[in-house]
Amino acid sequence: MFPSETSCWFIRKVIWWRAAASIAWSVLLLPPTTAVFVFVSKFSFLHPIQTISECLSLLMSSCLIFSFILLGGVVTMVGFLNLEYYTVIPTIACSKIALLGQLLHPRQVINSFAHCLMGVIVGWCCAVTVGSRYETLGCPCKSSDGVPQMGLNEYHLVFLLAGAFVGFSHSLLGVIHNINYVSFTAVQQYKYLHFKGSLPLVLKCSAIQAFYSIRNFTVAYFFLGYIPKTWICKTLNLHLDSSVHRLDSITGFVDLSLLYHLWISATFLLFTWYTTLLLFRIFVTEVYSFPVQPTFTEDSRQCLPRVLTDQQPMILKFLALQDLALLSKHSPSRRSEVFSLSQPGGHPHNWNAVSRECLALLADLTQRLVAYHETVATNGRAKSLSSGSERKTSSDTSFSSGTEDLMSPRPTFLTKTPTSVFARSFAGGPHSPLTAPFTPDLDSPFSSPTLRRLTGPVDQCSPWHGSVQSPHIMRRAPKLWSTSAESQVSSSPPRSPASVPSPKQEPTKPSFLAQFLQNRKEQLPEASSQALFADSQAHIWALEALSYLVQASFTEDQFGVVQTTLPSILSSMLHLQEAVDRHFKLPHASSKPVRSANSMEDFTYKTLRFALRATLKTAIYRITTTFGSHLNAVQMSAEHRKRLQQFLEFKE
Amino acid sequence: MCSLALFPPPLPPGQTTLCESNNELLCGTNNSEARQDSSALSLHFPRESLKLHSRTESSSKAAFLDHSETLWMRSAAAWRDGGFTGLLNEITTSHAEVPKWLSVTSGCILALLRWVSSFHGSLYPHVTLSSEDMIAEFSQLLNWSDCVVRAFAWHPHTDKFAVALLDDSIKIYNPKSAITPTLKHRLQRNVAAVQWKPLCASVLAVACQNCLLVWNVDPCSLSTRPSSGCAQVLSHPGHSPVTSIAWSPSGSLLVSASPLDTSMMVWDVAAESCVPLQRVGGGGVTFLSWSPDGSHILASTPSALFRVWETRMWTCERWPCIKGCCQSGCWSPDGSRLLFTVQGEMVIYALTFSGSPGVPPGLVKGPQVAVVVADLSETTFNSPDGDIIVGGEIQSLSWDPRGERLAVLLKGDPGAANRPAIIAVFKTRSNPVFELLPCGFVQGEPGAEPRLLQFHPNFQHGALLTVCWSSGKITHIPFYFLTSGISQVGLSGSLPLPHLQERPADFSNQSLFTELIS
Repeated sequence: MFPSETSCWFIRKVIWWRAAASIAWSVLLLPPTTAVFVFVSKFSFLHPIQTISECLSLLMSSCLIFSFILLGGVVTMVGFLNLEYYTVIPTIACSKIALLGQLLHPRQVINSFAHCLMGVIVGWCCAVTVGSRYETLGCPCKSSDGVPQMGLNEYHLVFLLAGAFVGFSHSLLGVIHNINYVSFTAVQQYKYLHFKGSLPLVLKCSAIQAFYSIRNFTVAYFFLGYIPKTWICKTLNLHLDSSVHRLDSITGFVDLSLLYHLWISATFLLFTWYTTLLLFRIFVTEVYSFPVQPTFTEDSRQCLPRVLTDQQPMILKFLALQDLALLSKHSPSRRSEVFSLSQPGGHPHNWNAVSRECLALLADLTQRLVAYHETVATNGRAKSLSSGSERKTSSDTSFSSGTEDLMSPRPTFLTKTPTSVFARSFAGGPHSPLTAPFTPDLDSPFSSPTLRRLTGPVDQCSPWHGSVQSPHIMRRAPKLWSTSAESQVSSSPPRSPASVPSPKQEPTKPSFLAQFLQNRKEQLPEASSQALFADSQAHIWALEALSYLVQASFTEDQFGVVQTTLPSILSSMLHLQEAVDRHFKLPHASSKPVRSANSMEDFTYKTLRFALRATLKTAIYRITTTFGSHLNAVQMSAEHRKRLQQFLEFKE
Repeated sequence: MCSLALFPPPLPPGQTTLCESNNELLCGTNNSEARQDSSALSLHFPRESLKLHSRTESSSKAAFLDHSETLWMRSAAAWRDGGFTGLLNEITTSHAEVPKWLSVTSGCILALLRWVSSFHGSLYPHVTLSSEDMIAEFSQLLNWSDCVVRAFAWHPHTDKFAVALLDDSIKIYNPKSAITPTLKHRLQRNVAAVQWKPLCASVLAVACQNCLLVWNVDPCSLSTRPSSGCAQVLSHPGHSPVTSIAWSPSGSLLVSASPLDTSMMVWDVAAESCVPLQRVGGGGVTFLSWSPDGSHILASTPSALFRVWETRMWTCERWPCIKGCCQSGCWSPDGSRLLFTVQGEMVIYALTFSGSPGVPPGLVKGPQVAVVVADLSETTFNSPDGDIIVGGEIQSLSWDPRGERLAVLLKGDPGAANRPAIIAVFKTRSNPVFELLPCGFVQGEPGAEPRLLQFHPNFQHGALLTVCWSSGKITHIPFYFLTSGISQVGLSGSLPLPHLQERPADFSNQSLFTELIS
């Protein structure tokens, strides 16, 4: 299961404990939440005292204690699903069909089903808690000829179905909004204060989300409600009471008390789940302090320079980078350990490991941006504009590469689908995690080898394996998800023959299905840009860590270990700056995403590219203001020197 | 312990302070001559030159919008403009069109809300102020609503600065370029503060009445009117008016404060996301100041309480004051010492933070009590033209980036002619012990009142104090001195002044405050 022993210790000793603590806290928070729910659902303005006494007696009843146990089980389950499905790198669907692929993925279907089931359980608990007419599924009624028999209590059924519906839509919206993405905040706070500060937002989100879910449920039940109703009646041998009017009618749903109770219950359901999610996010992203120097040799694999180079699990790498950024900012004593020399030998192993890893991250991003820019430049802006069909006439030869574009994703899709989407970030083994069938991000061959190393073990069965580094694959790969790649050959015929080495050229016309797929594969605006920067939190930390360490080295670095790497640090930052600048000149790249405050969706991943751009500039300025004119002594290319001069003069 | 008595007497009328050199303040009669090299940046904004808004938006709305819209439209508009109370107001006022029970109900709810808010207002009187009055009340500027220059900010690394004017525009002056970009934006109204982002060439944050604007002014651009597309709008419901902003010295975060919002917002500007840091009590946050080493933030509230946040884990210390709210504060360059003043008191307090920035927050022992370092109670100076009374309440403090000069803006009394607002400058020394020595008063042309002061962040020959006057002038007063702590190698070659040999100070035996005697 686990790729290496190191991740094993980390997952076992840290992540599981953190998840367990978060689940324990969510279970502990259940009683007060339930008490509030009971009070709100029972409150009546006319008899306030009576309400309170009723609530108190209800809270003591055995029925509610049983509900507690059930709810505790549900919350624990939600916590486990969070642990199972969380990711630190969001999966960004670049096209509608990719999104559909995510939704229909078996892993996701299981998730939705589990949420549905848990929704039913919470719905039952709510119905029992609210009591009165909602309490049981069966109720005595009289048939038309006056014989007493068991009838169906439609109110109870509505509660169960509403629970299922809300759970299902929660899970679907979770995919669309990347709710399983765990982001790291720039502001470190103690867990309690962080939780307290986020609680009002969670309450607001769950109330609003519950409102929309119940609205949709009402519509769905109005049209389709008879199906589950007749089914339940048949299987449980219950009878429909003809004397009470049916709920899936206009008059049936204009029942304000029922709607209010449904809304309150849905809010309760979403609130408990969101709280669990929030606690999980807070606990998992808490800063973990890795030792820079191992005290004992057997601990060496737990120390920072070693952990940084680990590729799996991602959470470990992210926490290590976060710790590195923080130590470079705040802690002189730990910085001195980074700058220190090894005792026998006098080598700056710590600094070398840290700087090498950070530089590799930056170089990887630069490479990715350059590769992306190349494909876009050859495709031009048509990439996101043409729908594919009108350009077909331009040249027949273009079909070959066009079809290849169409066909190639499908085998990939078939082979990878079972494991790829939503594979949790630390899943290892033969599967490649963190990928979606059509997302351009990590698993596409377009991503560099460094990135693959970063994201996980290389998929052995992938046809791209082994040839990733060859330039033509790098070139061709983005066509996997571009829409009008066929036009590129016709528009730029003199491309080197090596650039179109189609291993399976089929001169067939695209089938109808392929064309349909092609149309659905149309890029969502700016999604490709988001996907490109999906894991940029790591780069941001790397930039911060490097710049702060370099700044501190001006006064703290006694042995001059940073001096040797300064030219490469500067040049890699300037390279990245160039690539980022070029990227932001593309259409859509600088458009701001729309955000709404009323959702638990974490928007951080949508703006990571802006954060990266700002951090990069600040990082370069931090170095130039610290060293000033001393930088003239650093060796670098003329172009970079010119660029650096602009930074020294504050003209960037 | 009256500190001002030891000061050299104020200048006779007609004389203006030009600079400090050779340990004394030089003055001149006419400001057009004997100007130093900074004269190119001295600006004058006559009040008449500014095109002011003749009417506010709400009054023009009544003139143009015809009121024959349906009730639904009006309700929607009221909901959009005035929120829940606006909606209730609309329903209550249009009682002819709505059912009686609805208008009565909304009237009752409205009355209830007003009662609750009046109760809230009795706890925190500032919530009843209009937002302009509130900005004026809590601004660092003296008499903000009447100022031609409403905010001023030096760029932390270069010689350019931004000036916010009464007509809600912001101009950016750069001695190296002839272009003066003017920033205007629909939302840029009642600017209370501007600040440049550190470690960046182009980003300027502006605290406006309803939001925060973050301008990106490309220094290489030739445009004189950057479009409003260059500005990011950062807003959060309930977070207005913004009266104070502060960038972290590392340039990564921006904090903003509003007197009506109990939470202080920490913005990640690039991502446009914010983290509200809420602490109940105080009723809002009025003034923010980030220590130069980035480890602490001073956040004062409208009531007699201020907080000092520690920026690593974002926890805070509460500092209740006895008399009024904390009016102003400034940090020593190493971030170890905070000077602050309290409304209604005529003294400057100091707090010392011993913890070095690297020590984990749990181990840092904060100070236990604030120490009075200067007493600025009223002092009468006799002059041939009559007595001048100097002293009183303090409007703002500013400490130069080397920690050698402290400028204090004294409010004075606008009613009395012999009690002008004046700037008192102290010499300060923090090594080996913290000391305050008198330096002198800075005065402008007759009739001009100092409104705002700020030190240049990296003036090579000492300190450069920029003062905005009530006449619309901005002048720069250099204080030439040599810093004992800084190596003089780079400086000695470029000094323009011949007579810079440090003379033993006359006032050195008149030390106002040292840590040893306190």
